Amino acid sequence: MACFLIPAAEAIVTTAVSAILKRKEKEPAAVEVKLDGEHTEKAVKLPFSAKLKWLNRLLWGGSALLAFEHVWHGEVVPWFPFLTAAADLGDAAEMLHEMSTAGVAMAALVTGVWLVMVGVSALIEKRALKQAEEPAPAKE
Amino acid sequence: MTLLISVFAAVICTVIWYKNAPKSEMKTGILCLMFWGASIMWLVDAIFEYAELGADYFKPEVKDMLNDAFLGLSVVALGLIIWLVILLVSDPKGVIKKLLFKKKD
Repeated sequence: MACFLIPAAEAIVTTAVSAILKRKEKEPAAVEVKLDGEHTEKAVKLPFSAKLKWLNRLLWGGSALLAFEHVWHGEVVPWFPFLTAAADLGDAAEMLHEMSTAGVAMAALVTGVWLVMVGVSALIEKRALKQAEEPAPAKE
Repeated sequence: MTLLISVFAAVICTVIWYKNAPKSEMKTGILCLMFWGASIMWLVDAIFEYAELGADYFKPEVKDMLNDAFLGLSVVALGLIIWLVILLVSDPKGVIKKLLFKKKD
């Protein structure tokens, strides 16, 4: 009915947070990594604000496409009160229940997937840094 | 059906993104995340529907399936349009800028 509003609300918050973080973040220090697995080169780590952008895009994109689905099903209309369920008290209660169950679950799962993405990227970064520290094998 | 179509769109976009990475001239990363975001949300929707309907969830009426497929394709079209607008506005290759400004000899 209006479950997409919860991820959309989270998207507003995360977009604001990433904008603030981007302004506050300092230029990341260059580190040595082997991007091609052989040659060591200088590179900078992706800042956290850039990783937060992944979550913004997941949330905004998903919410936009789900909003379209709700328009398709006649649950969202271009006139006040915009949500057809909001016009009736019984429907409004059902809508709020759906937002608090499916909507919250959607936002939580998207955030969970993003956390996994951040975790995996941190592991890849760690592994790349470790590889760069290892001495090159002696050529025979 | 909508979930299935959006998952396929997300997978195809991810393969295209990986093939062209780390270059992001076409900004396909945005398209990937948009379709993945929608797919995750529809997955939650599907889980809730399955909890309500049980096995009947997997036996949709032909009419409903057709409508869902039509919706899925429309969603993909909308996603592509959003991506295209972002691509043209951000203009990472400078194509629009070159069209608007002519070099002075």
